[in-house]
This record gives sequence, structure tokens and C-alpha cells, in this order.
Amino acid sequence: MTIQEWFDKRKQAQIERRAKDMKGIEDNAAGLWIKCVHCDSQILKSELEENLMVCPHCDYHFRINARTRISQLFDEGSFEELFKNVLPTDPLNFVDTESYAERLKKAHEKTGLDEAVITGLGKIEGHKIAAAIMDFDYMGGSMGSVVGEKVTRMMEKALALKLPMLAVTSSGGARMQESALSLMQMAKTSCAVGRLDEAGILYINLLTEPTFGGITASFGTLGDIIIAEQGARIGFAGRRVIEQTIRQKLPSDFQTAEYLLKYGQVDIVSKRKNLRKTLANILDMHGV
Amino acid sequence: MSIVLDFEKPIVEIQKKIDELKKMSEDSGMDLESQIKDFEKQAQDYKKELYSKLKPSQKLQIARHQERPKFLDFVELMCEDFIELHGDREGTDDRAIIGGLAKMDGKPVMIIGIQKGKTTKENLEYNFGMPQPQGYRKALRLFKHADKFNIPIVTLIDTPGAYPGIKAEETGQGSAIAVNLREMSKLTVPIVAIITGEGCSGGALGLAVADRVMMLEHAYYTVISPEGCASILWRDASMFAEAAEALKITSKDLLELGIIDEEIPEPLGGAHADYKATADSMKASILKALKELKKLSVKDLKEQRYEKFRAMGRFIEG
Repeated sequence: MTIQEWFDKRKQAQIERRAKDMKGIEDNAAGLWIKCVHCDSQILKSELEENLMVCPHCDYHFRINARTRISQLFDEGSFEELFKNVLPTDPLNFVDTESYAERLKKAHEKTGLDEAVITGLGKIEGHKIAAAIMDFDYMGGSMGSVVGEKVTRMMEKALALKLPMLAVTSSGGARMQESALSLMQMAKTSCAVGRLDEAGILYINLLTEPTFGGITASFGTLGDIIIAEQGARIGFAGRRVIEQTIRQKLPSDFQTAEYLLKYGQVDIVSKRKNLRKTLANILDMHGV
Repeated sequence: MSIVLDFEKPIVEIQKKIDELKKMSEDSGMDLESQIKDFEKQAQDYKKELYSKLKPSQKLQIARHQERPKFLDFVELMCEDFIELHGDREGTDDRAIIGGLAKMDGKPVMIIGIQKGKTTKENLEYNFGMPQPQGYRKALRLFKHADKFNIPIVTLIDTPGAYPGIKAEETGQGSAIAVNLREMSKLTVPIVAIITGEGCSGGALGLAVADRVMMLEHAYYTVISPEGCASILWRDASMFAEAAEALKITSKDLLELGIIDEEIPEPLGGAHADYKATADSMKASILKALKELKKLSVKDLKEQRYEKFRAMGRFIEG
């Protein structure tokens, strides 16, 4: 084994551990110390929070929920939530090993959210902006009718108010339990982006850990500017599906923000601590 | 019938019986005509009954039937003077998506579709109907051409999904589809889309933001393949029949849900039993839709297309 191979192997193991890491956070959330899933350091929880949920030792960016993201990104107290009254239902009476109705209930109990996206108006360093922020903790951030509807309403609001629009994505893709209704949210949201596009309204994507499937293939990658947060995994098909299809091992950094940057799929890869400033600069340069 | 699906076996049995009787009648000179007619009627009735009550998992088998007519079969049967237009102008001509100009009932259309093969060799050429990003970009180039010259667009969709591969990810499979969704909403010409076989996920939708979306009777349209869904939600791909039920993938389900506008009936035994009859039905539906859509102003056409997809989804307003 060459040193390079050893490093690759180690990195691969770390990435694989990441899939399990979030559970680790939850388990330890009550405790004072959190173990970094990337470098194994013990970090004081308050220190981690102070550092925007980024490991102070190795710069690993922990996945964060929508509320935390809002508090980090927007000027304090500026975010006004809209369309909170749009709530999920179970249109197909979908039952797998568990009913969709039950899964919705559990997701609500787990997150305190009514759906996988929070929409509203806020300010970033004084710049007014319409925004949709997804939450992976609510059913893997999947897009069903409600996510599609809220994102679309927010874009229509941006259009009406002539405000720039920001979508912060974190999602496994479409919500299978709503089947074709979920698929059509891709069309609906993309058509709404079409209207922003025609009206010359700035639309920015911030892709965060993880962004996949139906989100990547719809409003998630239609931004005039696409920013990916450092370390985020972003793709269309899941890693396992690709491995099964092509029957070969994938590069360890495959589908990371940095990998996509190398292949020209995103404009910017940003550290979490620089996001606010970067967004504010972009808004400023567009005069909005 | 060279490939017999499981549920079709009783029909084959009856047919064998009929053939035996016919032979017996010929050999012995016995008059068995009334028995033969009786069996033939039985076979026909059974077939009608069978095909009117197909389960979603059985429709899957028909939609994926190796002998099901493919895009180029339909082009040949519905159109005249097809001129294929190749390539994305950036180094690739993805063969999974084929498109070009053709005449339908004497009038030009831009017809674009996902092509599958009937043999292994053909399937390798067409990548089993799984397009690369470059295929979606070729389609977009042709959409824009049609838009520029005011030619209506027809898309025929038959795909197990967009290709999941390394290069596909590196060259933006997600964004290639996303851009098509957005750009199709802006086109100023009528668009008719038909799901002819498999309509799987974003790979299908990438050609289906249309003014009229139709499905052949035994085609299926879904957010994820029943096998994929089963392996994720049931953690067992062999539960695909249950997933197929739960996902509501049939033309009747999707008509009820308002996802599609029209179901195009297939001949008894499925599209592969009679290519010509299937193509004739499709052509009639396309021409009727185009005639209606042509009456709309560009503004109304775009507005209605937007509102059509805008209205999709089910939620509660608290």
C-alpha cells in the first residue's frame, strides 16, 4: 500500500462513517461533548455551536438543520416565516413497512417542523431576500407536495416583490410516498424558476449536505449562481446505485462539493463561516 | 407471440388446444368448427378480461416488453420524411435520445424520444434507454430549434431512468434535467408528451413538461422504479409488486390524480401485439391535441402550461 492509497482508504472510511455520524450527534446532543466524526476529537458542544457547527480541529462541517441555518445566515431577528399553513397530507394512502401518515407524525415529533422546508423573507447583511431552507431531519428533506408548493409560493412572492431568491437545499430527493405527485413538484418548482429567469430576478442556490435526486434535477441546480458548502455531498444518483450499475469503486471524493467544482458543476465552494459574506457580496454586486 | 409473459400462459394454452382441434379436424375430416369457434371465443373473452384487470406489476412487464414498439418504430409508423438531427454540439451524440424533424399528417413536427433496443446489441447502442446529460442537452437544442421556427414538439418517453454513472454525474445529470424542466416551461410552441413504456423518474420528466401529457394504456409513470422504491422503503427489492401498487403508476391512477391528460388505449394483448394500431391511436391523439393547442395565443399557451403544473400536488391549508 502506498502512502497515497493509505490516505485514500482512510478518507474513504471517514466518509462512510459520515453516513452514520448524524445519529451520533443526536445521541450525544444531550451531553456536553461531541466527538468529531471526521477527526475523532472531543469538542465541547458550546464550542462547536460557537464555531457554526464546524469542527475547530479539522474543519469538518457538521450537517445542520433549517433553523440553525437560518440563525447562521440571516441578520438577527430578520427572518419572517411564510406559508407555514401549507401542511402535508397522505394523498395516496401510502403504506410500506409503515404508513406515510405515521411517518409524517414521527417526522413532526422528531423535528418540531411541519414539513421539510422553511420559507420566508429575511435579510442578509441588510439585503432583503426571499428564501427556502430545507431540513434533512424531516424525512430526509424529501420533496413532496408541500415542499414543492412552499418553494413555488416563495418564488412567486420573490417575483411579485422583485426580491432575489435563495434556496438552501439538503435533501435525499423526491418523496416516494407521494409518487408522481412528488415528481411533478420538480416540474412545478422549475417552471417557477423559469418565471424568475424571464423577469431577470437573481436566484441563488446554496447546496448543503446532502443534496440529491429530484432536488438536484430541479430547482436545486437552476440558480444563476450555485454555491456549495464545503464537504457537502451533491449528486443526481446515489453512490450505491452508481456502484451497482457500473460495478466499480468510485473515487473517495466523488460527489463532494470540491469534486463538483473541479468538474464545473458549481460556481463556488464555500466554508460555512464565509457564506454570509459571500452571499452579501453577491447580492451587492447585483444591486439587490 | 414469441415471448410469453407469465400471466399470458392460459391464453397460450387455449390457443394450443385450438390448433390441435384444427389439426384433428383436418386429419380426420370431422366437423369440429363449432368447438373451435367456442374455444376461440373463450380465448378472446379471457384475454379481454385479463387485460382489463391487469395488476400494476403485470403492466410493468408489458411496459418493459422486449418487443414493445420503440421510439423509432413509432416515428416510422406515425411520420413521413423523418430527418434525424444529431448531437449536443459539445462533443457528444447520445443515442438514448433521438430527435429530428418529421411530417405528421403533412405538417412539420419536432419529434424527440428515448430509444431502447430490442436486442442486446441495440440496447448497448441505446444504453437501454438511459440518457446521459448530453442526451437531455441535445433534446434542449432541438426544443429551441423548434421554438425558433414555430414547429410543434412531440416527445415520446420510454426510460428506466437517466443513467447513473460517473461521467453522468461529472457532466451534470441533475442540472441537465433541471434546465430542460425550466426551459420547456418557456417554449412558445405546443408540446405533446406521451409516456409509451417506462416513465421513470426525473429521466422521464426531463422531456415531459408539456401542454398535454398522455400515456399508453399499459405504460407506467412514477417517481422511482417499483424495485428501487421496494429496496429503500421495504428494504427488499423483491417487494416490487407491492411498491408498484402503492406508487399508483398506471395510466388510470395518474388520470385520476390529474398527472396526465389522456390515456391512449392499446390493442388487446398490448402495444407489441399490433404496432400499427398503437401508432394510429397515438397519432390521432397527437393531431387532435396539436389542433387544439394551435388555437391558443403564445401567452395563453405558456400560461396554461404553467398553471397545469402549478396545480399539481395535494396538501392541506391550515
